Amino acid sequence: MATASAEIKVTAEIAAEHGLSAPEYARVQEILGRDPNITELGIFSVMWSEHCSYKSSKVHLKRLPVRGKLVVQGPGENAGVVDIGDGLVAAFKIESHNHPSFVEPFQGATTGVGGILRDIFTMGARPIAILDSLRFGPITPEKSAPSVAAETIAKNRRILDGVIRGVASYGNSFGVPTIGGEVCFEPCYSQNPLVNALALGIAKKEDLFFAKARGTGNPVIYVGAKTGRDGIHGASLLASAEFTEESQQKRPNVQVGDPFIEKLLLEACLEAMATGAVVAIQDMGAAGLTCSTTEMASRGGTGIEIDLGRVPQRETGMTPYEIMLSESQERMLLVAEKGREPEVLQVFKKWGLDAVVVGEVADGGLLRVKDHGQVVAEIPAHPLAEEGPVYRRPITPPAPRAETSADWFAFAPANKNLTDNFKRLLASPAIASKGWITEQYDTMVRTNTLAVPGAGDAAVVRIKGTKRALALATDGNGRWCQLNPRLGAMHAVAEAARNVACSGARPIAATNCLNFGSPEKPAVMWQFSEIIDGLAEACTALETPITGGNVSFYNETLGASIYPTPVIGILGVIEDAANVLKSGFRNSGDIIILLDGLKEPAPVTVNTADALTADLAREFSSSEYSKSVAGIVAGQPPAIDLAAEKRLQQCLLALASSQSLQSAHDLSDGGLAVTLAESCFAAPKLGAQMTLQHNAPAESFLFGERGARAVISIAPTKLDGILHLAREHGVAATEIGNVTSDGIFSIQYNGSAIIEESVEALREIWSHSLERALKQ
Amino acid sequence: MKFGVVVFPGSNCDHDAFYAISEVLHQPVEFIWHQSEDLANSDVIILPGGFAHGDYLRTGAIARFSPVMKPVEKFAKSGGLVLGICNGFQILLEAGLLPGAMMRNVGLRYICRHVYIRVEDTATPFTHAAKKGQILKIPIAHNEGNYTCDPETLAQLRKNDQIVFRYTTADGSDDAAGNPNGSMDNIAGICNRERNVAGMMPHPERAVESALDSADGLVIFRSLVETFMTSAKATA
Repeated sequence: MATASAEIKVTAEIAAEHGLSAPEYARVQEILGRDPNITELGIFSVMWSEHCSYKSSKVHLKRLPVRGKLVVQGPGENAGVVDIGDGLVAAFKIESHNHPSFVEPFQGATTGVGGILRDIFTMGARPIAILDSLRFGPITPEKSAPSVAAETIAKNRRILDGVIRGVASYGNSFGVPTIGGEVCFEPCYSQNPLVNALALGIAKKEDLFFAKARGTGNPVIYVGAKTGRDGIHGASLLASAEFTEESQQKRPNVQVGDPFIEKLLLEACLEAMATGAVVAIQDMGAAGLTCSTTEMASRGGTGIEIDLGRVPQRETGMTPYEIMLSESQERMLLVAEKGREPEVLQVFKKWGLDAVVVGEVADGGLLRVKDHGQVVAEIPAHPLAEEGPVYRRPITPPAPRAETSADWFAFAPANKNLTDNFKRLLASPAIASKGWITEQYDTMVRTNTLAVPGAGDAAVVRIKGTKRALALATDGNGRWCQLNPRLGAMHAVAEAARNVACSGARPIAATNCLNFGSPEKPAVMWQFSEIIDGLAEACTALETPITGGNVSFYNETLGASIYPTPVIGILGVIEDAANVLKSGFRNSGDIIILLDGLKEPAPVTVNTADALTADLAREFSSSEYSKSVAGIVAGQPPAIDLAAEKRLQQCLLALASSQSLQSAHDLSDGGLAVTLAESCFAAPKLGAQMTLQHNAPAESFLFGERGARAVISIAPTKLDGILHLAREHGVAATEIGNVTSDGIFSIQYNGSAIIEESVEALREIWSHSLERALKQ
Repeated sequence: MKFGVVVFPGSNCDHDAFYAISEVLHQPVEFIWHQSEDLANSDVIILPGGFAHGDYLRTGAIARFSPVMKPVEKFAKSGGLVLGICNGFQILLEAGLLPGAMMRNVGLRYICRHVYIRVEDTATPFTHAAKKGQILKIPIAHNEGNYTCDPETLAQLRKNDQIVFRYTTADGSDDAAGNPNGSMDNIAGICNRERNVAGMMPHPERAVESALDSADGLVIFRSLVETFMTSAKATA
């Protein structure tokens, strides 16, 4: 890659090296009416990269529901914003940092967290929570993937360790609690881990800021860290092409994070905004100074003129090309009101940060870049930002897999003791407690955390000065999306919303991070299109419009794509923080109830019993139990009924506001048995005794992962009221057992005791498996 | 009685301490910027948790040179009440206002969780309202909380009852099982010989409301208020 001075004559070959195709380069020449110089070429190449331009995804993203009565700002700004009542708004967004985290796990993860935090405080919102949705290759030998080599497993552990340390280091120092997310393991993530970071912030509605430059002559101010040569082409090339064997050479393309500077930047920006002298502000993330100047000008319908000679620089001899493309972290660009720049500069001086007037808002719609007075780039901002290439890439559904019933999970005989299999499931990295990871995160700073990771189905933070709290959950099942993209995507939305409802919150809005392979492959684009349709259907049905997020393509190494992995974050509001629900059982003697939003299935007759078993086997083959215990990954995700999901969520909310529940926990990975066990693990010294009756095979009933279900526990005196309320909501409520004081976890199924073990023994397995796996 | 919470660049528990004092304890409190030359007439100074100046060197090593540390030192030496929490404790060690030093946690990882500490001594302004031997559930959140000192210092700390808190298990045993970070003698907090300066790694300001899972940290703030009120009365 040429990063030399402006004397280089730009040719079609150099354009191609910059990732611009021949038609794209022709369009550049057309917009300029001439050949670009090397700096201009660099600017076009980053702005029109997949990462910045969404050129392959744009046509599909239009199908997502983005409007709703609570949506203040949908996609297109630094973050989505929703009204949460009491004159407050929440800004939230999830973003990927996958490629950098593979090349350099620690720095990749830190800068992922740093980037998303800046997106939030750029809006004028103070960050109050971080969630991280992480996916790695196997960290233990997996029955379903026996071919994964020992050195790959060892490498996956190192990547995990680096990413966890990175996430922890940034959030802990910055002083925002990291309170949730997920950690998943699949072989497809060995060569391409996923690091998706979500941040949430709050602001007064009238204090929101936007990234629209306006007011000709208003000064453009550069603030924060100095510009260096790090991260040049980080987003544009690293994140916009697949990995090859040479990818480790891209380590210099990874940015380096400094949470301390970001903390100062946060405090200084919020203080500067409070002066009233700031007109617009945007962070410098992907494509740095290029993207921030271009987008602010384009959104405001103005031009911007800057002089690079004034940009604070960490090293000498940087070319205009390098300065414009640097992705040095912890920098912001803001537009101030003319004449009031001293007020702004004073604030940054107090916090010990560089703040320099580097240019001004100009008429004419041009991005004009000078270097010590001499023009080095001149490009119409709007076409640069908005008229980049848009592709409707070919879509081809893959040939249906030849599946036979032999691929499917074969259920054990009815009287088989399943305790050992249950223990294996609890020990699998997917199900085992993530406490070893989340203990490395500061989950409590800012003293708002009402539900630390593992305490409830969603992370919950209160809003001081109000009675309110916010709940957030992320979800995404790549394995299910691989088996059926549309259905998998719907499940991701449904489960995240269900988690939020199980914490007592009303789901109001969503953010999404779409992780995929190469868009140049028709099969990948088919997955993408299907997933967009699934997300659209589920978000519409559950009334959670999508307010923003990002798309990460090219998650593949040496031609192998990851599972299509949409990660959905759902935000919910709890009007009264006293109604927050947690997942742990509370009192011995409480009644355990299974809530099911699905209307009772038709009774099974003898003739259809075999067909039912076959259907169940097909569905069950995609479960975590099937993967961990039998080594089978096949079939289909469970069927979904969004109306049933909605009924269940509304029932949970009604129950939460009536304050009649002791606990609530949804059914997801590992099914009913895991849900029940986790509710015991969160309750010291309690046990649970369940008596279940059903006509399905025991494994299917205990470990099946069909949605729209949750387990609640209640005081016996509340039973009648709760059954009545559930009926009113069209939700089946079945008494399935009791919380006990004997510390024994037991399940009787159709009259036989199939699981019986002390909670302590199960907890020991569940609590320490992950740590043991990593220390091997 | 007025509290002053010092804000270093990189402090991040300053707001939490402020909130606990003003909203839960209902006492006057003011932030004091690290470049300040005076302490705003505070009766108690809190050095809060966080990563002062980024803590890229040894924790607290830069913060001790912040201008505010001069008046803090003068205040401490004249008997003023100073409480360092987490990073604040580390800064007090670096400033020489408390003896000893911090090493990285055993296991070399950041740890954030609720732990149990035992009140070892109630003859301090920080524990006056607690009962001797009382077990408090209070969170820790740190990378470097593994307290160490030379044997003579440890002997002095023991002899002069300067060990204010020890890590224990939930039922009060101060063995390795109760020690989250490898700290010498399970030390979670100490005071100076004059008993007016204390440092502790656990965060009492994070344990002041039952909604946050524990209100056990309140007793420390209440002790400070009571001590001050009593001494004010005595002076009057």
